[in-house]
Amino acid sequence: MTIRASKLWLGYAVAMVWFYVLLWPLLGIKAQGLEFAASFAIWAKVAVAAAVLVAFYQLKEAGAFGFVAGPSQAAGKALSAVSRRVPTWLALAVVLGCAVAFPFFTQRYAHDVAISVLVYIILGLGLNVVVGLAGLLDLGYIAFFGVGAYTYALLSVHFGLSFWLCLPIAGCFSALAGCIIGYPTLRMRGDYLAIVTLGFGEIVRIVLNNWMSLTNGPNGVLGIKGPDVYWFKNGSFEHMWLNNLEQLYYIILGLAVFTVVAVYRLNYSRIGRAFEAVREDQTAAELMGVNTLRLKLLAYALGAVFGGLAGTFFAARMKFVSPESFTFIESAMVLAMVVLGGMGSIPGVILGSLALIALPEVFRGFELYRMFVFGGVMAVMMIFRPKGLWPAKRLGTRSEEKD
Amino acid sequence: MSEAPILELKNVTSAYGRIKAIREVSLKVYPGEVVSIIGANGAGKSTTLMSICGVLKPESGEVWYDGQRIDGLPADLLPSRGLCQVPEGRRIFPRLTVEENLDMGAFFRNDNSGIEHDKNRVFQMFPILLERRKQHGGTLSGGEQQMLAMGRALMSRPRLLLLDEPSLGLAPLIVQQIFRIIREINEVDGVTVVLVEQNANLALKSSSRGYVLETGNVVMEDDAQALLANPDIRKAYLGE
Repeated sequence: MTIRASKLWLGYAVAMVWFYVLLWPLLGIKAQGLEFAASFAIWAKVAVAAAVLVAFYQLKEAGAFGFVAGPSQAAGKALSAVSRRVPTWLALAVVLGCAVAFPFFTQRYAHDVAISVLVYIILGLGLNVVVGLAGLLDLGYIAFFGVGAYTYALLSVHFGLSFWLCLPIAGCFSALAGCIIGYPTLRMRGDYLAIVTLGFGEIVRIVLNNWMSLTNGPNGVLGIKGPDVYWFKNGSFEHMWLNNLEQLYYIILGLAVFTVVAVYRLNYSRIGRAFEAVREDQTAAELMGVNTLRLKLLAYALGAVFGGLAGTFFAARMKFVSPESFTFIESAMVLAMVVLGGMGSIPGVILGSLALIALPEVFRGFELYRMFVFGGVMAVMMIFRPKGLWPAKRLGTRSEEKD
Repeated sequence: MSEAPILELKNVTSAYGRIKAIREVSLKVYPGEVVSIIGANGAGKSTTLMSICGVLKPESGEVWYDGQRIDGLPADLLPSRGLCQVPEGRRIFPRLTVEENLDMGAFFRNDNSGIEHDKNRVFQMFPILLERRKQHGGTLSGGEQQMLAMGRALMSRPRLLLLDEPSLGLAPLIVQQIFRIIREINEVDGVTVVLVEQNANLALKSSSRGYVLETGNVVMEDDAQALLANPDIRKAYLGE
């Protein structure tokens, strides 16, 4: 597919004019009057850079880089052939090995980032059950994260219950919250469902914010205990608190692995297939004897369980929770991970979490432009890889199925 | 026929909002029959089927299946009782594979060996589905999708099969093949079939009896042969 040169440069000209129209008001309109120099300087740089890129593209299309393209293509083919021959379990073992060894080679700051990535991986995989498998667009998913976090926070502070006991309790509470929120909302389809879940997500946050007697409102809950274990030491079992970041890292890694295995099993189970059938055609699923409301509730509750587990860990790690952590932007982030990574795909969601949590940390220097880059990357992704970084296998095409 | 009907509609009225799609429709289907419901676009044929299988709740009237009243029951309870529909436009699950589509038909069943047996039977009936087993439903051609939709319904081991426009948008050769299978399902497997069709000629030729729907009312019911011979029917639906 070659675009003709004149068309290419016309597109370039239109894009540059459009870019200036966007850029100038941002930099050029000031209280003292209108200004053109600053915006023009930036625009000129971008225009030159883009022109170089377009020229490169033209040269590439003309075959000027044949000497590079040939070998690199061959290398790519060889690489994919090698990756196909490596058994899946070996690849998984390598990834897991890297994850286990990670704390030995890195510093405190990296541990911190890795822990947030893993928390978001669990959240992403949980939301993936709801959005990717069952096809229910949920814009208030972070509410279950909040329910889990507050469940553990309150049980720990007021009753001194252990983290390990609270994990299943928080999971159950989140599932219950999922059912309570889901029962009235899941009768709706598509856009309506999205709006209503958005509303319920906010309701949960506002309740946490205003229920002073229980949640201490916007001041949050302080003094949450970390996880504890009985560790064999000096010939006897001693009680110890795990507050060290490394220890916390291994706990969340364990939770993440559990989540991956659970979601994988679900994906290929009879129920997972039914989730997909409901996503594809609800009426047809009903005609096949699927109770669609009950199934959607189940998807919602299962997704909520993982949100609750992640929330429990979050509270134990931060030692403090407040409603601020559960705003809509967090829901949007988790949804963005799922969409960016590839709906319904487990490695996709993991990649998406890495991309959205770890990369911004790496590029801390550009913090001011973070949201700007974020938006740009999302737009580009949706144009060039609309199915995500690592699309789910099920969504493959005919030719892919054959080989 | 002295036997009790397997399906009976008594004065069923169904509406979408305030618009009544069928009015006081009554019909009987006896075990082992193939019954056609014919009529023009918008006559209420699909609405009748949707009212039978519970997707649409009738406003008034009664639906009796196998000696039990089923109107008002949720749609998902009926396949396990042997009542299954192949909906209009096939409505297969496009991003599930052919085999997964068939498995969905047996969703409520737990007898793995029975499911396996029925799947083989479906593959025997539609060899093309065996060939395309690992392919996504959405990549099949129209005729193959119709076969998949029928196979999926057969996976629930129905005693009464409701077929909505099985010939819709298919090439004549495929249509003949589909109708041959419908007769086979009826004769060999003993499934009672209710057939909704615009292709009145073909439908009546494969049926024992027929009902004619017009703007939501049953205007005629008779033996299929008699309907085929009826000059009014020939004029209105057979294009003569």
